[in-house]
Amino acid sequence: MQDRPTIDELLEAVAGYLRDDVMPNTQGRLSFHARVSMNVIEMLRRELATMEDHLAREWDGLDHLLGIEPMPPKLAAVREALMRRNEALCERIRKGEADEGPWRLAVLSHLRRVTLDKLEVSNPGLAAEYREPGDG
Amino acid sequence: MQKEEVQQGLERFIAARTGGPVTVSNLARLSGGASRETWSFDADTPQGRIEGILRADPVPGAPTIPGRELEYHLIKAAWNAGVTVPEPLWDGDDTFPVKFFVMRRVPGETLGARLIRGEQYAKAREVVPYQLARDLARIHAIREADHPELAGLERPPEGKTSAEAQLDHYETSYRTAELDPHPVFELAIRWLRQHLPPPSELVLVHGDFRLGNFIFDETGVKGILDWELAHWGDPMEDLGWLAVKSWRFGGRLPIAGVGTREAFIEAYEAAGGRKVNRQHFLWYEMFGNLKWGVITMTQAATYLTGRSRSVELAAIGRRTAETEIVLLELLEGRWD
Repeated sequence: MQDRPTIDELLEAVAGYLRDDVMPNTQGRLSFHARVSMNVIEMLRRELATMEDHLAREWDGLDHLLGIEPMPPKLAAVREALMRRNEALCERIRKGEADEGPWRLAVLSHLRRVTLDKLEVSNPGLAAEYREPGDG
Repeated sequence: MQKEEVQQGLERFIAARTGGPVTVSNLARLSGGASRETWSFDADTPQGRIEGILRADPVPGAPTIPGRELEYHLIKAAWNAGVTVPEPLWDGDDTFPVKFFVMRRVPGETLGARLIRGEQYAKAREVVPYQLARDLARIHAIREADHPELAGLERPPEGKTSAEAQLDHYETSYRTAELDPHPVFELAIRWLRQHLPPPSELVLVHGDFRLGNFIFDETGVKGILDWELAHWGDPMEDLGWLAVKSWRFGGRLPIAGVGTREAFIEAYEAAGGRKVNRQHFLWYEMFGNLKWGVITMTQAATYLTGRSRSVELAAIGRRTAETEIVLLELLEGRWD
């Protein structure tokens, strides 16, 4: 285990440096890219805080749509397996299986949950706009 | 390009056109615009001061598109048709190692969020949808027969409607970008295939007509910009794209964040635009959201394949989800 500061604390320090030191003292493209960089770091902080929950939720949703499969213990294997399972879902959509009926509704509701989780990280303001009481 | 190179090149280029000598000052590269270099400058010439803008391709040999090659001619055709555009001054030559042109600078701003929130823009918010409708009607009245210089613009291939060709193009882009599978895009592509609009007449389509791509001030629209995606196609494409959620910049209404679809359609038709079929419009709005989603993926791919090191392009990859949530809403029949 690494010593303090934690990942989040260090990212906070870098974001603060970009916001308080670089942005006010630069102009044009430099300042714009400093802002983009700060936003990226703030996004990473949100991703680190929610990643475990979001990956588990996506896995559960795919279990419901595609059949139950044990979730791999390691993160890299989870990502790889999610890619494979999402590709399987895409394949079934391309075949027309989600054109109508209850499976379409289940697919839409799963994708809505997953997309709102992605937005919670990349654009929380927009996520709030679309999240209804009872969602996620 | 480096500032010094731009400075010296511009002075030579403008001197040759105004009977020199020319001094360029206040040269600054403008922020934003990932696919183009845009420089602002003042030039003191024998014919007086020119407040100008230089538009240039980002790197020598970058894959180009007809609309970028012809951007100067597009702006000129629009200028002559009475569209609100910056005055085109000169098309470029071999002064720089990249393709470029020069136009007059129009004061005002382009940032979408400023139009939506700025107190000073209350009046502009009222008139912008109507001004855009009039400009768009005038753009769509530009005929190929009158503009042989624009014949090189892209058009749908023989035997395909404009809508089908556009959908094919962006589906192929999505499948070749191959970052990760996107089930929402699959659903959207399938819906779009099953609801293709009928063939339409071919007109000049701006291709990127939206908030963020026009200059405005307190009185409204001052200049339609970014013509590089112009092509011959279906006029409804521009209407649907204008209503794409990301181009509302937080505004509550569909047209540039500040206008309703109905008021826009009425103004567009009244200004001589094509008769608008609502279903057709909504098809292009769904398509527009998909298209922007695919573009976020392909821009991120430019970073991921090492063709660009821009943090801006890298970050755009995380904007794909913004289009997915809108596509899901539209697929469930919620047109806000």
